[in-house]
Amino acid sequence: MITATNLSKVYNGNKVLNIEHLDIPGGQNFGLVGNNGAGKTTFFSLLLDLIQPTTGNIFSNDITVSQSEAWKPFTSAFIDESFLIGYLTPEEYFYFVGDLRNRNKADIDTFLEQFSDLFNGEILGRNKYLRDLSKGNQKKVGIVAALIGEPEVVILDEPFANLDPTTQIRLKKLLKDLSKTVGTTVLISSHDLIHVTEVCERIVVLDKGEIVRDIETSEATLKELEDYFSREIAEG
Amino acid sequence: MFKRFIWLEWKSFFRSASFGKSLGLKIFLIFIALYFSAMFLLFGFGLYPIMKKIFPGEDPVEMVNKFALAYFAMEFILRFMLQTLPVMDIKPLMIFPIRKRKVVNYVLLKSFYSFYNILPLLIILPFGIFNIYKGSHSAWVMIGWMIGMYSITLSVNFLNFIVKKRFTDNLKALIPLVVLAVVLVVLDYFEIFSITYYFGKLLNLLLVYPYLAIVPILVLIGLYLWNQRNLESKFYLDAGLKSKAKSVNKKDFGWTKKFGSIAPFLQLDLKLIWRNKRPKTTVYLGLIFLAYGLFFYMNPAYANFPQAYVFAGIFTTGIFMINFGQFVPSWDASYFPMIMAQNIPLKQYLASKMGLITFSIAVLGILSTGYVYFGYKVLFMNLACALYNMGVNVPLLIYAGSFNKKRIDLDKSPFMNYQGTGAAQWLVALPLLIIPILLFWLIEKFFGYEVGVGFLALLGIVGLVMRPTLLTFLESCYRKRKYAMIQGFKQKGE
Repeated sequence: MITATNLSKVYNGNKVLNIEHLDIPGGQNFGLVGNNGAGKTTFFSLLLDLIQPTTGNIFSNDITVSQSEAWKPFTSAFIDESFLIGYLTPEEYFYFVGDLRNRNKADIDTFLEQFSDLFNGEILGRNKYLRDLSKGNQKKVGIVAALIGEPEVVILDEPFANLDPTTQIRLKKLLKDLSKTVGTTVLISSHDLIHVTEVCERIVVLDKGEIVRDIETSEATLKELEDYFSREIAEG
Repeated sequence: MFKRFIWLEWKSFFRSASFGKSLGLKIFLIFIALYFSAMFLLFGFGLYPIMKKIFPGEDPVEMVNKFALAYFAMEFILRFMLQTLPVMDIKPLMIFPIRKRKVVNYVLLKSFYSFYNILPLLIILPFGIFNIYKGSHSAWVMIGWMIGMYSITLSVNFLNFIVKKRFTDNLKALIPLVVLAVVLVVLDYFEIFSITYYFGKLLNLLLVYPYLAIVPILVLIGLYLWNQRNLESKFYLDAGLKSKAKSVNKKDFGWTKKFGSIAPFLQLDLKLIWRNKRPKTTVYLGLIFLAYGLFFYMNPAYANFPQAYVFAGIFTTGIFMINFGQFVPSWDASYFPMIMAQNIPLKQYLASKMGLITFSIAVLGILSTGYVYFGYKVLFMNLACALYNMGVNVPLLIYAGSFNKKRIDLDKSPFMNYQGTGAAQWLVALPLLIIPILLFWLIEKFFGYEVGVGFLALLGIVGLVMRPTLLTFLESCYRKRKYAMIQGFKQKGE
């Protein structure tokens, strides 16, 4: 589904991302972990053609993302609040995204019904603009909007941060079901090792832009990751 | 402390994403400023002889006093249109141990160094000194007069801040003021009650009792304190929330569905305009400037300069285009990555922006048909200019937009959010106005008025016919620049 070859991004002579080859098959729940500055958001931004690669290419469904816009119809993402339109109400925002993905109002209304638990009565019908919602509620809107229109690829940057514990648990279930039942390719990044190991079938660890681990998730994965990240502390 | 504030501003200017552009603009503005300084200085030196010549036997100072109110009124209007309010990003400073008053004072005192406050000095000082030199009044009297006049100018400066703030916060609050001003002008014009005359009389008192200069100084101090209180009361993060509490605007502009594939974007743009203060003022400005044509058509001096009609035509039908269009795509800055990553072909996005602006030109063009009162010449000129705006200026402006990378913060708190309400925004309009004026001037010179009008209309039609091709070209420009835009729009603050 997604292939990166020879991909690198250089800022002022600093190589912030350097991936020789990465292949993410369709329907996989793919997790990206790494410390700050490891290149997670850079990778996602490259995938969405928000920044230009210094070398190499990313192919999504055999489409070169930096050259054609044809990946847009089947890809959706929520990276940060710059994906929200502050002066719209949540409903209007959902309808707008629906319009872009050929879903009419009725489609969106039925689609949103399944999220009434997640929204907890704080989002729909409150007559508030998105900019006036709390950070956590904004995030919920962004994530749900990214699922509109059955995209084949969903990219979420740190979906668990800022969410309350109940929502985190609900979101985990939601993401797991997504790849299992619909076959969506889900790409997430997180600093929470427990969450990623629970949700993702495959976890890639980035360090200073390089892939240092590529793990098929199993019982032992969490321990392995914890050992990896406490390694430097132990040495010191 | 002030030294540190200056240091902060210095850094923010030189490290800004739009540094190159702002530097270019600044240099251009400096040239204009030099030009105006020279003109004002010349006028200041020439004022005494001019007054002597036009009103022989009268006291030049008293004559100047007579026109003073009209001058101050002009000054106020110009300041209102051109002077940017002093701005500072306060949020990072709020939790530091800096007294509010200090920040507010810094911001207000900074305005003293504004170019608009130096210009009047270039008239007042030479004129005053000329009078002392000629011995028409004693040195003491003239010093009192100069201090008085300059205090009034500075009072206008601070009055402008207050009115401008009211204007952006609440448009309706301004109506009584405008009505009062219009009534006074009308009464003055028909010589029923000449306020300029009485104001002149008041100023003449200065010549008898120079120590009365204390009165304008007190007014100045009063206005300063008023501003100070005004700003201090807004020194809170939630200063904007109070007004936000009112229920949301539910208008959904369903009628745009008729426009097919660009409908969602049109809806979004209309909501953008309707729900955010800054884009909303562009609409009001458009309606106000519709009356600008009167200025040209009623003045017989322009009858021999048909080029001026081109100016009026382009301006009245294109005012929304100029004010709104030049900030495309910065209006969408706060959610630009979403627009780029969502299922939106870039071409459609640009097409909808052009569609909206074209629509505004059509509306203003239709409204301006009222000017047929001044003859068919004017009507045809306006319609030709509307076509020219649609066909040539819109793509030109959108093309210029591909170089925009300065963020516009729509939901910034009302504490000094006046981005782009200064002289710089009118500069962008210059090529849009000058090119058609030059073209018309050339054609008109050799082939006459009608051919000139027809030529402008033809250019517009050609542009409209070629729009699909132009769109493809614009799309490629935006594709190239999109990464720089995303990067630039990320940068918050001035």
